[in-house]
Amino acid sequence: MTTAAIDRARRWRPPPLIANPVLRWALLLGAVVYLALAVSGIPVNWERVSEGLERGGRFLAGFLYPDFSSRFGEIFEGFVESLVMTVVATVLGLLVSIPVALGAARNLAPLPVYYFCRGLIALSRTFQEIIVAILFVAMFGFGPFAGVLTLVFGTVGFLSKLLAEDIEDIDRSQVEAIRATGGSWFQLLNYGVQPQVMPRLIGLSLYRLDINFRESAVIGIVGAGGIGATLNTAFDRYEYDVAAAILLVIIVIVMIAEYSSSAIRRWVQ
Amino acid sequence: MLVIEGLAKQYPTGDRALKGVSLTVPKGQIMALIGPSGAGKSTLIRCVNRLVEPTAGRVTLDGQPITGLSRRGLRQARRKMGMIFQEFALVERLTVMENVLSGRLGYVGFWRSWFRRFPEADVAAAFALLDRVGLAGFEDKRADALSGGQRQRVGIARALLQHPSLLLVDEPTASLDPKTSRQIMRLLQELCRERGLAAIINIHDVALAQMFAERIVGLRSGEIVYDGPPDDVSADILTRIYGEEDWSQTIRLPDEDGEPEMPHADAGAVNRERLAGLT
Repeated sequence: MTTAAIDRARRWRPPPLIANPVLRWALLLGAVVYLALAVSGIPVNWERVSEGLERGGRFLAGFLYPDFSSRFGEIFEGFVESLVMTVVATVLGLLVSIPVALGAARNLAPLPVYYFCRGLIALSRTFQEIIVAILFVAMFGFGPFAGVLTLVFGTVGFLSKLLAEDIEDIDRSQVEAIRATGGSWFQLLNYGVQPQVMPRLIGLSLYRLDINFRESAVIGIVGAGGIGATLNTAFDRYEYDVAAAILLVIIVIVMIAEYSSSAIRRWVQ
Repeated sequence: MLVIEGLAKQYPTGDRALKGVSLTVPKGQIMALIGPSGAGKSTLIRCVNRLVEPTAGRVTLDGQPITGLSRRGLRQARRKMGMIFQEFALVERLTVMENVLSGRLGYVGFWRSWFRRFPEADVAAAFALLDRVGLAGFEDKRADALSGGQRQRVGIARALLQHPSLLLVDEPTASLDPKTSRQIMRLLQELCRERGLAAIINIHDVALAQMFAERIVGLRSGEIVYDGPPDDVSADILTRIYGEEDWSQTIRLPDEDGEPEMPHADAGAVNRERLAGLT
């Protein structure tokens, strides 16, 4: 009995995130009101929705009877092109990313180089692949070349940033030990830094490989070659059964890539 | 012979880690550097091979001035100074052999080291050293698969493969158990004697220092407050170095092994400097 009384007397609540109760409730109320207004502000044309439902239904029905055969040649070519784009872009992107990442690691690079490389990364990450693809298609014409450049651009932003962060987290004492032996700067990278970041580098590259494959399907829609272009053509012709076949193959390839890259990453650790 | 004259270090934070230290370590002498955490021990040995850049003073090794050397000259001078670390500082994902051979990086070109094609004589010397430190047959094990004592042996082999004339040893036993600590200190002592190597050993364990060093230097707040033979270290002197405490159990008595472990945490400003120096 007495212990229960003491328990009640000494209740504890976690301190609120915002100490001022007026401010706390005002913020909450404001958020709810804003959300309600925002939702009611989205225009919905219900007639158009009911029409579209039917079209959507036809699209989904296509999945029940995917047509792999009638446009087999085009689909096959599209996939080969996409895979080539993906591999080439990942390898090129990786080659560019490594020096950029070294430059963007605060513990290796002098300040001006650091800012330059960070700027490059920021630039690459600011622009979504589609926008970059549109630009490159305008510059270099339709086709996989613009697509490869787009993917390289995206890969550099992604890989350099994450690799640079991994380099910044390395154990300094290992680097210091190599420095103490009188090794040169490149030997320092090869012996002190590379072994520490290698598993992550391999993991990130494989991950980027499957991102690049998916992206190659998307940027094809704006004319940058690959399976996306084939998919776009199928939509333009209202051939939903062909489109469904393409989407199914994309799903299968992405799943294979996902599974094998995670298996390889586990092995590398 | 290592000659240090008026060595001073002030960190950008304003901490004066060393306030004009002068010290001469003759060839073949094993010197223990003791002192409380933050006394500047770590900074002192890192100023010798300029992993930390001294603010003032001169360091000369075997007649060659180390301070004032160019980048390239410094790299060559560093080959003559083997360094051994508290946390072993092995490259964890490399094999034992690669770690030991990294002691030759100052001597071989980049591509040779990249392809791990070290000169035969270096590989033979590395095998001989692994044998000597008691790790025969461990060459293809990864460094992170070893125990603490084994790792420190690899660290010692790496330092010795440089064919140094001086060993800079930073808390070699701080991460080891008492028995392994003794073995490692004994190994260091034997190797120094075999090769006529001088060594500066930073160490917190006064009894170990007394047991294995020929000379003890006490550092406090960046200044030398004791310099003499190990047997002259008395309670008074320990008070001068570390401050007031009951020292009766710490000092080594004849035929008795005391095992005092003192806490260590010699980092802070030193770390930041080392990181900045990576460029």
